[in-house]
Amino acid sequence: MIDPTTYDELKQIAARYPQARSGLLPMLHLVQSAEGRVTPEGIEACAEILDLSAAEVSGVATFYTMYKRKPVGDYHVGVCTNTLCAVMGGDVIFERLKEHLDVGNDETTEDGKITLEHVECNAACDYAPVVMVNWEFMDNQTPESAVQLVDDLREGNDVHSTRGPKICTWREAERVLAGFDDGLADEGPAAGPASLLGLGIARDHGWTAPDGAGGAAKEGDA
Amino acid sequence: MTDTLTPVLTATWGDERAWTLAAYEKRGGYSALTKALAMAPDDIISAVKDSGLRGRGGAGFPTGMKWGFIPQDNPKPKYLVVNADESEPGTCKDIPLMMAAPHTLVEGVIISSFAIRANKAFIYIRGEVLHVIRRVQAAVREAYAAGHLGENIHGSGYDLDVVVHAGAGAYICGEETALLEGLEGRRGQPRLRPPFPAVAGLYASPTVINNVESIASVPGIVLHGPEWFSSMGTERSKGHGIFSLSGHVTNPGQFEAPLGITLRELVDLAGGIRDGHELKFWTPGGSSTPLLTDEHWDMPLDFEAVGAAGSMLGTRAIQIFDDTTCVVRAVLRWTEFYKHESCGKCTPCREGTWWLVQTLARLERGEGTPEDLDTLLDQCDNILGRSFCALGDGATSPITSSIQYFRDEFLAHLEQGGCPFDPAASTLFATSTTGGATA
Ligand SMILES: Cc1cc2nc3c(=O)[nH]c(=O)nc-3n(C[C@H](O)[C@H](O)[C@H](O)COP(=O)(O)O)c2cc1C
Ligand code: SF4
Ligand code: FES
Repeated sequence: MIDPTTYDELKQIAARYPQARSGLLPMLHLVQSAEGRVTPEGIEACAEILDLSAAEVSGVATFYTMYKRKPVGDYHVGVCTNTLCAVMGGDVIFERLKEHLDVGNDETTEDGKITLEHVECNAACDYAPVVMVNWEFMDNQTPESAVQLVDDLREGNDVHSTRGPKICTWREAERVLAGFDDGLADEGPAAGPASLLGLGIARDHGWTAPDGAGGAAKEGDA
Repeated sequence: MTDTLTPVLTATWGDERAWTLAAYEKRGGYSALTKALAMAPDDIISAVKDSGLRGRGGAGFPTGMKWGFIPQDNPKPKYLVVNADESEPGTCKDIPLMMAAPHTLVEGVIISSFAIRANKAFIYIRGEVLHVIRRVQAAVREAYAAGHLGENIHGSGYDLDVVVHAGAGAYICGEETALLEGLEGRRGQPRLRPPFPAVAGLYASPTVINNVESIASVPGIVLHGPEWFSSMGTERSKGHGIFSLSGHVTNPGQFEAPLGITLRELVDLAGGIRDGHELKFWTPGGSSTPLLTDEHWDMPLDFEAVGAAGSMLGTRAIQIFDDTTCVVRAVLRWTEFYKHESCGKCTPCREGTWWLVQTLARLERGEGTPEDLDTLLDQCDNILGRSFCALGDGATSPITSSIQYFRDEFLAHLEQGGCPFDPAASTLFATSTTGGATA
């Protein structure tokens, strides 16, 4: 059963858009937040609100890899095994975690804590090998650091993203993807070291963009 | 001569709490908006045209020209959609931009929407980047509170609403028409063009779709003028662009430079290829751009020169692989990616990528025959130019280019009955004693 609060929030999402159906992707994120996965009840609720058939909503839900039909653990651990991360160590990390957690791809540990999945390039190749926990960046991993990471998560120790806040649960993360603020935007740094590399070198050399007409936010104007 | 690096979009990333409105305004943020709102919208479009800005999402289409295609006599509402799906393997510039400088993007969205006369804009961000989504959501909230968004912006009479929309995991939704399908709550499968989105895009209304970096470049152009922007870069590839170096360099990272910088200059800035190794192959603009080799150290990285070398500038996602990397393994993995991400709409790509994986995997295990290389090229031939969208074309790039440059390495797998490389040697945590190829 979708509880009345969630049902109401699903309707709020649909209302953000000129045409309600545009809300479907974030609505399915909210279903996952409330239900721990995309449930038949969640599909029915979306269909009812958007005046679609359940089959139409299912057709959308099955297209996108972030939507899960099986229950996801508290922590979704995604190991990037696209080429660059794989070569830089992602393959070894993924193998180590499968062994350590005794699960296969897209499976959840018996204690319900961790779902392990290999993921595609997550736009952080300059921090390879990359692991994502509930879609937060864990940059520059090694097999050892990744094992420590999942152990900490299972034991309930605080884990911070290398470029973000303390890791929340998967269900809490899905709520943010649905567009509901969790007040954590100000946590973490503006950028990691790799993001700042060129800027730092430019500063050291006194390199800047050409002088402009106005006083814009380009280097040297601070 | 411009300087080697020209930080503009990246300039604020190191600032204290760079992502906040307060930090952005300290840098003169939103002053381009004030200037723009006093201009005629068509004059902003002209300025972007004159700047020479070409799309930063891969294809390099002139941004001002795209805006000019919006039929202003069409009575339907007009929309701006920002493509923040950044999923092309290797591409990692829009994500740090939105993490550190979301207001640069938001200011660009407001100016661009004003120019094309849209009152509603969407920022479609891939779902797998939670903190980036938080930062962009927060920047939009701050912009509303400060009167930069909403009704009667800065007293100009202009209204704009912005919705931050999270995707749900699908590389194809970076393709602009598939993105629109996703944004309309459907399966992300590309649409037939024409009609182009400028005429019939979101809700069949005139729609501009631009990459994050394209839109974030607009405030600078408005503030400093088109000549300022076009004073950077080469003859037909103007302005600053973020180059992302990843892989086997000493220090991977982001470098904002005029278009036309060379790989040699960039790799020098990144501390060289990692110690004790040599460059083997690299992608100039993500995995869909054909591989290049150490023949191309001094080629200017602009749209024309990279095109002339048989590849594409793409998203300036420079993935560097040294002599420890097996090119067959690398290409197989990319091909598995395309097979996984094929949306299934058209047969050449849906079936073709599946066959490519079968053939490549056989070769990688050393179980194929030399004829399999011809089979692969033949399969590529049946995909390239015959697929419904550019995903299928892109899937063939790593294969054809790797066979062009490294045919012998494919054959070595057959001769040895398997891969001649030690995968441990290519990892970040390899010790210097683990060797390279055992071949
Ligand atoms: C398979 C595929 C994936 C794409 N992914 C992206 C992407 O993630 N981000 C992006 O800006 N453009 C992407 N593009 C290009 C877009 O279709 C479109 O050309 C671009 O967003 C236009 O913006 P621009 O002119 O500012 O570059 C992709 C294209 C294809 C074929
Ligand atoms: S080329 Fe591939 S991704 Fe593009 S429409 Fe065809 S099946 Fe879909
Ligand atoms: S390849 Fe792993 S983040 Fe890009």
